[in-house]
Amino acid sequence: MIIKNKTIVADDWTVLRLQEHDTAEDIIVSVGKVIVPLKVWRAQHETLQQRKDIGVWLTSDERAEDLKDDVQKFSVIAIDFPKFSDGRGYSIAYNLRARLGYKGELRAIGDVLRDQLFYMHRVGFDAFAPRPDRKIEDALKGLSDFSEVYQTSFNPILPLFRRTQRKGNSTVGTLND
Amino acid sequence: MYRYDEYDQQIVNERVMQYRDQVRRRLSGELSEEEFLPLRLQNGLYMQIHAYMLRIAVPYGLISSKQMRMFAHIARKYDRGYGHFTTRQNIQFNWLKLEDTPDILADLASVEMHAIQTSGNCVRNITSDEFAGVAQDEVVDPRPYAEILRQWSTFHPEFAYLPRKFKIAISGGKEDRAAIYAHDIGLAVTKNAQGEIGFRVLVGGGLGRTPIIGSEICEFVPWQHILTYVESILRVYNEYGRRDNKFKARIKILVKALGIDEFKRRVEADWADLKDGPGTLTIEEVDRVASFFSDPFYETLPDHDSKLNEFKADSRSFSNWLSRNVRPHRIPGYAIVVLSLKKPGNAPGDATAEQMEAVADLADRYSFGELRITHKQNLVLADVRQKDLIRLWQEAAEHELTTPNIGMLTDIISCPGAEFCTLANARSIPLAKVIAECFEDLDYQHDIGEITLNISGCVNACGQHHIGNIGITGVEKKDHDEWYQVSIGGSEGNDSSISKIIGPSFTFNQVPEVIERLIHVYLRERMETERFIETVRRIGHAPFKEHVYATDFMAQEEKVADKHIVEPAQYEVPYYSPRF
Ligand code: HEM
Ligand code: SF4
Repeated sequence: MIIKNKTIVADDWTVLRLQEHDTAEDIIVSVGKVIVPLKVWRAQHETLQQRKDIGVWLTSDERAEDLKDDVQKFSVIAIDFPKFSDGRGYSIAYNLRARLGYKGELRAIGDVLRDQLFYMHRVGFDAFAPRPDRKIEDALKGLSDFSEVYQTSFNPILPLFRRTQRKGNSTVGTLND
Repeated sequence: MYRYDEYDQQIVNERVMQYRDQVRRRLSGELSEEEFLPLRLQNGLYMQIHAYMLRIAVPYGLISSKQMRMFAHIARKYDRGYGHFTTRQNIQFNWLKLEDTPDILADLASVEMHAIQTSGNCVRNITSDEFAGVAQDEVVDPRPYAEILRQWSTFHPEFAYLPRKFKIAISGGKEDRAAIYAHDIGLAVTKNAQGEIGFRVLVGGGLGRTPIIGSEICEFVPWQHILTYVESILRVYNEYGRRDNKFKARIKILVKALGIDEFKRRVEADWADLKDGPGTLTIEEVDRVASFFSDPFYETLPDHDSKLNEFKADSRSFSNWLSRNVRPHRIPGYAIVVLSLKKPGNAPGDATAEQMEAVADLADRYSFGELRITHKQNLVLADVRQKDLIRLWQEAAEHELTTPNIGMLTDIISCPGAEFCTLANARSIPLAKVIAECFEDLDYQHDIGEITLNISGCVNACGQHHIGNIGITGVEKKDHDEWYQVSIGGSEGNDSSISKIIGPSFTFNQVPEVIERLIHVYLRERMETERFIETVRRIGHAPFKEHVYATDFMAQEEKVADKHIVEPAQYEVPYYSPRF
């Protein structure tokens, strides 16, 4: 199960992760919907690009621009969070959406925890595979921690000061009133 | 000052709810300590030696009397009756229970305050000039921009898990009073030849293990673009900053590794895409925020109060205070008053609940109900009528807030050190106390003149020892003693520099004598009105070093330190008493 568009849905993709003895060239990508590491996509480009059921995932030290030429070929791109504290995935997501115009599913995988979901959603993730040892229903709650935000990011693109009419000082007293 | 509207209040209220639930999950075991850690840190909650410590944000150091009273309330209800003002213009409470912290946040939210991003690897509380808006040398008031940056950085989704902490300081005077060279990003808001407002942007400054003075990345970023420009700096840092080694993770290391030119190239490549985009500031927004910082109702007053002069002649202590702790104001008839939290014998930056209430009352009566917290751990009343100075002085004196030592040797900056901090190598506060007591004599201090002395309990430099004229760092505990390194030649402001270590380290009891000797060399060598730092720059380190290490001073007579022998710390049971 994953969270997609703010609901819990069944997931028919599998994420391929290389084991120590695997190489990107030799690993056999099974039939069916598979999200492969970028390395595998590159190594087996010739065959994989024939298939319609291939997604790709990036590690946190890869970059959005690595997918510059291919980005529109995928219906699913995932970004891995090796540790929740590794924040590179947020910038990768932002760049995929805002700079490369990626429109398909953008999924957070790896160490994905409830308290990160709100931020992830704002930089452009619309799908989340929370850590399997956590209750997915709880994780879902993380998406609605806040109902208002200040700054521009991918979602929403307009900062608060462009979305609303905020009042200046003429209408309020001082804090000591 | 800035006031929350319904949006600000809602965001802070929702944070309280979110945090309350996080604490509930932690207490029920649903969250492991490891998982809770980054959540509590982004909320300023540390586990210290004895208890939980909460760091509360005071954005750009500006606070109302009502908010100050809330600190007094928190000190009494949840802590041991006092709080600690820090070099980052925040306040810390040291003796809290985890269970109480959601209620503390709720109390804070009721007076438009919070503890958001006071710790963690995110953009921290924005610091600024404590004399913003009132200084005579001000070019542009930095406060509206500081508030705009506060909002921009609050819960920024992309930069909540940076490689490391991130500190931004902003100043708007001709003289930098916000130590902008010692920050990850330093901003000087200024005007160009055409009178347009913009920012000189410095990047890659910082203290800690590898102290570096920031480099200029752009001479002038027009005000419209400041948020997007800062966003690009952070994105480049987030993408390329090192994450393999915590000690090399700060932006200063990246800027050094790439070189400022390459760093700038990457930032501007990113920025080219953002420039003029939705993050661009509008004049409406700047005007809206600036409307909260317009002048209070100043009276038309003469700039010289004859009563003041008479009283000055009568009272030496008032006259001392006037010359040390009172600064000129840009409006005639007004003055800026610095209330010293550095009475020798007290922990630098500590204030009791009674003192907090007293300063809140003083602010209400004499300064439009506002106060500032300085990064030198003092308090400021920014808008005092000169004719009120005598009364203010008398009333503040009752609360031990008038020590006339601002900018002098006993105005020591100190981190909490080994009494509180798990990372410390040595105690800081007791050392600050002993040094302050050694140099308490005001005439002597006056003769020494302007000097800064900063103490940190370890390399992390929370006491900013690298930018003190004299810096002291706890280096180790050994042989039942604590050892400190002494460095000289650091400074902040427009001529920022990093101090250099003078040689092998000293024990706790030796340090005051070392300071005495450094001062001695200065007094011997100085030319006319030269300040300590200027003498160090002119004659170099050698004469100081020579004199300090020349003889075994512990064997000499008339040692300053002798009068103040302090027992070595007992590390099994951390030395502590609330006010020493
Ligand atoms: C809870 C106790 C504290 C802990 C555990 C702590 C920890 C640290 C650490 C690890 C660093 C080094 C960061 C780095 O170089 O990457 C640091 C730097 C710093 N801290 Fe603290 N700190 C504490 C309290 C304070 C206090 C009370 C103050 C103010 C009085 C403070 C102000 C600073 C400053 C100014 C720096 C240097 C900033 C820089 O490197 O650019 N900290 N702190
Ligand atoms: S300088 Fe070291 S001892 Fe002092 S507060 Fe910072 S981490 Fe703790």
